[in-house]
Amino acid sequence: MRLQYPTNIKVIQLPCSGRVDILHLLRAFEDGLDGVYVAGCMEGDCHFLTGNLKARRKVEYVKKVLESLGLEPERIEMYNMSSAEGPRFAQVANEFYQRIQELGPSPVPKAQAA
Amino acid sequence: MIIGDTKPLEEILEMIEGRERVLVLGCRGCVTVCNVGGEKEVGILATTLRIARKKAGRPGAVEERTLERQCDPEYIEELADVAGDYDAIVSIACGVGPQFLSERYPDVRVFPGINTTFIGGALEHGVWAERCQSCGNCLVHHFGGLCPIARCSKSLMNGPCGGSASGKCEISPDVDCVWHLIVEKMAKMGRAEELEKVWPTKNWLTSRDGGPRVRIREDLKQ
Ligand code: SF4
Ligand code: SF4
Repeated sequence: MRLQYPTNIKVIQLPCSGRVDILHLLRAFEDGLDGVYVAGCMEGDCHFLTGNLKARRKVEYVKKVLESLGLEPERIEMYNMSSAEGPRFAQVANEFYQRIQELGPSPVPKAQAA
Repeated sequence: MIIGDTKPLEEILEMIEGRERVLVLGCRGCVTVCNVGGEKEVGILATTLRIARKKAGRPGAVEERTLERQCDPEYIEELADVAGDYDAIVSIACGVGPQFLSERYPDVRVFPGINTTFIGGALEHGVWAERCQSCGNCLVHHFGGLCPIARCSKSLMNGPCGGSASGKCEISPDVDCVWHLIVEKMAKMGRAEELEKVWPTKNWLTSRDGGPRVRIREDLKQ
């Protein structure tokens, strides 16, 4: 199955969405990235029981931080999808890309690429 | 342990406004355990402050460091060579930290980055509750191991008061009446009659009412 999703989305693989850290998410914004989303398994389907629920709470936390910084909280999102849903992965990627296009670039200047 | 809460970001941004070099300083003691002032929280706060500065196009560095403790001069001393380089130090230790720092480095502006709230423990991950008010004369063994000073809204020694209803305190349906719990627990242990003792007025001189407290241990003092 070959599915198209925007090439400027950089995928970072984690063993479980619960492994995502508030600090990782914030660092992305510090580097001037325009948006971040976390793709976790369907709720109730976590191999580690609650990883995806914890990920969602961390995303909610970062939304609040962005808000208090005067950045749009929509720049970060949590999505749930099963690993058997390739088309949904591509659909979410396109959807989020669209959303960020509409929001425009982050007002935080991009970090110089190393 | 000592429990704290993060301060609103706006308040911290106001503190460091116009100060170029900022150090966010954590502590590996209580505030690490209650997830408010350890190395991880230093990283989160410093990153957040850097985002704010970059966004506003302001210059200045926000650096990170965490001391073993901020309530011991020997660790505060570790900053001796660098403290003067900063225009602001934001301490996210309990209130002792910013005070010890200001005393040792009087020329550096030190700000409290958290609110120190109470002495308590974790009920579950992410939930802490007040358990002690450091009254200076512990009596919990008379009350089934439950502290009427810290946990009764009126700190009654002879409770419950008339406001106790269905196990809840009159101040809020979310607050357990500790005197209800004391009576239940003592009855269950077959010690209910011990509660017939009328306690005289507590001597609060051992508490804050006696003024700021200092503890001197002659056996340890050098
Ligand atoms: S009786 Fe005093 S020392 Fe003991 S737990 Fe209560 S407040 Fe703390
Ligand atoms: S209702 Fe219970 S906890 Fe509340 S003030 Fe009265 S005795 Fe104390």
